[in-house]
Parts: sequence; structure tokens; C-alpha cells
Amino acid sequence: MTETVAQNPIQTDAVIVGAGPVGLFSVFELGLNDIKCHLVDILDKPGGQCAELYPEKPIYDIPAIPVCTGTELTERLMEQIKPFHPIFHFGQMAETLTKLPDGKWRLTTDLGTVIEARLVIVAAGGGSFMPKRPPIKGIEDYEGKSVFYAVRKMDHFRDKNIVIAGGGDSALDWALNLQPIAKLVTLVHRRDEFRAAPDSVSKMRAMVAEGKMDLKIGNFTAINGADGQVTSITLVDDAKNASDFPCESILAFYGLTMKLGPVANFGLNLHENLIPVNTADFETSEPTVFAIGDINTYPGKMKLILSGFHEAALMAKKAFTYIHPDRRYRFQYTTSSSDLQGKLGVEKDGA
Amino acid sequence: MTTMKVYLTDMEGKDHELLATEEWTLMEIIREGGIPILAQCGGSCACATCHVYVDPAWKAKLPEPSEEEVGMLDGTFDVTEDSRLACQIVFTKDLDGLKVKLASGSI
Repeated sequence: MTETVAQNPIQTDAVIVGAGPVGLFSVFELGLNDIKCHLVDILDKPGGQCAELYPEKPIYDIPAIPVCTGTELTERLMEQIKPFHPIFHFGQMAETLTKLPDGKWRLTTDLGTVIEARLVIVAAGGGSFMPKRPPIKGIEDYEGKSVFYAVRKMDHFRDKNIVIAGGGDSALDWALNLQPIAKLVTLVHRRDEFRAAPDSVSKMRAMVAEGKMDLKIGNFTAINGADGQVTSITLVDDAKNASDFPCESILAFYGLTMKLGPVANFGLNLHENLIPVNTADFETSEPTVFAIGDINTYPGKMKLILSGFHEAALMAKKAFTYIHPDRRYRFQYTTSSSDLQGKLGVEKDGA
Repeated sequence: MTTMKVYLTDMEGKDHELLATEEWTLMEIIREGGIPILAQCGGSCACATCHVYVDPAWKAKLPEPSEEEVGMLDGTFDVTEDSRLACQIVFTKDLDGLKVKLASGSI
């Protein structure tokens, strides 16, 4: 599903930036208007915030669905858009957007996927999910060299003295996975309690008890080193005593946060990190680029999933005029239109 | 009707007097008071981007944080014994005059 070859750009009608509920539903609305879509999302799964922030939390304000979780909403949307065969590019960030001489847009991702489309739908919510970065002075100088927020190659940590910071599943899983190959794994957490799978916690506790892993409780407040190479970190314990201890690599797992990211450089007008749109068709300052869902702003905007669904429908109506300029727009209901039912692949009953 | 207040110190050390409303969460009082606060998950105790420090003098007036809230604080930084998530503090009359400070990671 993930494209890494840059030579052959993918050609499609519309590229949707963001596979959250609103990005997913726009596949449906665009599909009814005979517009094909590709979607790009930095997460490795659909659902956006619904999947990442509150997969298990109940949502009560989706029309006609008294209650569903973020995961269930995502699953239902995926089911609903199936007839339109959207193509997903997960785990990559939409990085650049450039206009081509023929009026099309070229979108590239950080993994090198290139998509050329007539329309761009920015449904990026609060922006890209990125790892939370500890507010430590100068940490950016070490990032990618000796401070990491993900493990790309385990071998990179072989025979290293590593610090793993955090108290959730990612921290625990990587502490356990890297322990056999690292010289020393020191787990650093602000309290002596962990919100992770109980099995991982007991395995970690056992290793610490056997002296195979170190556990230090406190907040890490400084990184010491030079030229991007960390040599030690400073830890402040509950009694506010600071101490340094040596290490060669740091893996920090504090979860994800949303940052607007490269969308800010797409050349669209921005207002307080939101994209102003008109409420007739949700087009941005750039014709053929639309913004729907939490990322847009207009008088009266409410950041609700249902607002994004409405915006998707109006966007798709305008999108139709760009993709099918030779056709007359026909307003139809899925209940009564055999044309739409055909697109959805549903049998008309009792007819 | 008497108006109730929350006193908030922002990241730059500037003080703000905010109109407080009973049954609103502190996060809502801050947001509707026009102070930028990330509160990315919208108040469902799922993101730790509404981290505040409660003035020690006021701490005893607040109900203890839930286990979920304490756990969510693992996902932020510079956590102290005064740390709370603003979305989990429901404003009551007893809290009129509450003093809090925004933490890094919330703006």
C-alpha cells in the first residue's frame, strides 16, 4: 500500500490529506460524484484523532448513532466508503504541494510518494500527529543522532547504553525488546507506576529485580553531550535532587501531539493555524484546493465531526464541476436514485 | 448574580482574570476566556495538552485526580505535585478565586 518509488507519480482525481472521519466521509461524497481519491495520513491506520486519541471513548453526537467509539465510527466509515475503492498511503506525511503547469497539483510525502491530482482536499484536523518532544534546551541538536522518538532499526542500539523515557506501552515494549541486544537499558519514568500491559510491567519488574535492566524514577531535565552525541542525562528525583548518569542514546516515548506541520507551507492563506474557507463550497484561497473538518475556519465554525461531514458534501458538489466540467450537476438522493445505488453497489429492493 | 473568577498565569508569566462558570471545566473556562490552550482531545482526558499547575493553597479544595488523569500526565513534561489536567477540574462555587498556571505543552 505504501509507495516509495518517486519516478512514476500516481494520477488521480483528488488527493485527500488526512484519513480521519471527515477525510473518510469525503471519499463517499466524492465517490457519489464520480471522483476517485487517494488519501495520505501520517498514522499507520485510518481514523485520525478518533483512532489515535480516543479509540475507546464514546461519541454521542453523530446523527442517528446514539453512541459509538472512535474505533467503531472509523470502522463504519471504512465500510461505507468501500464501494469507492479509495487508496490509502498510511504512515507518511504530506510534505509539499506544488502547482503544475497544467493546473494539476503535485503532492509529495516524506516517504517519496508522489501523487498528481486535479483537486486537493485538506482534511488534516489538528495537523500531523508527531511525537511529543521533551522541552529540553538544545534537544533538537541531538535528534536523529542520539535522541530518537521511534525505533527504525533495532540494530542501531546494539551494545549501546540506552535510556528509554516514558511509562506507557511503547516505552515498556522497547525496553523489553532492546534489553537483549543493548549494553544497558535504563528505563526513566516520572513515577513508579506504569500504564502499560500488565504482562510487560511484570516482565520489566523482573528484569530490574535481576539486575538486567535499570529503572530510575524522576524527570529528565537536561541532555549533556556535544555534536549531537549524548554522553549523559540529568535526572531530577522526587526530592528534587539532580544527578547525571551516562548514556549513549535516548528513546523518548511520551505519546503523540498534533502539529500543523508542512500544511503551513502549502501556500494557502492561514488564520491562527487554520485555513479560511468560504461556506458555499469550502474552497480555500487557492481554487481547486479545499479544506474541511477541524482544520478550516469560517464565521460560526464548530469543530464537530458532523460539521465536517456537511462540509464534505458541499465540497464534493463543487469538486464535481472541476472534474466533470462537461456534465450537468444532478442533485440526487441515495434513497431514490438508481444511479447512486448503482455506484454504491446496492440492490434496489421491492422494485 | 455574583461573578466568579479564575486567576491564570500564562506561559509568559502574564496574569489573567477569567470569568468562571459553575459546572464548566477549567479547560473550558480558560479556552472561552480567550487564552490559547491546546486541549487537543477536546476535554476527554486523552491527550495531556491542558496541563496546569494548581496554586498549592487551592489544592486541598479540589477533588483528587482520577487514576486516568494521573496516568495521562505521563504523556506530558515538567509534571510536579501541583500538576492537573484542566479538563478534569469541574468548577464549583468553592473554587471562586482559583489560581492556576499554564504548563508547557499546553499551548
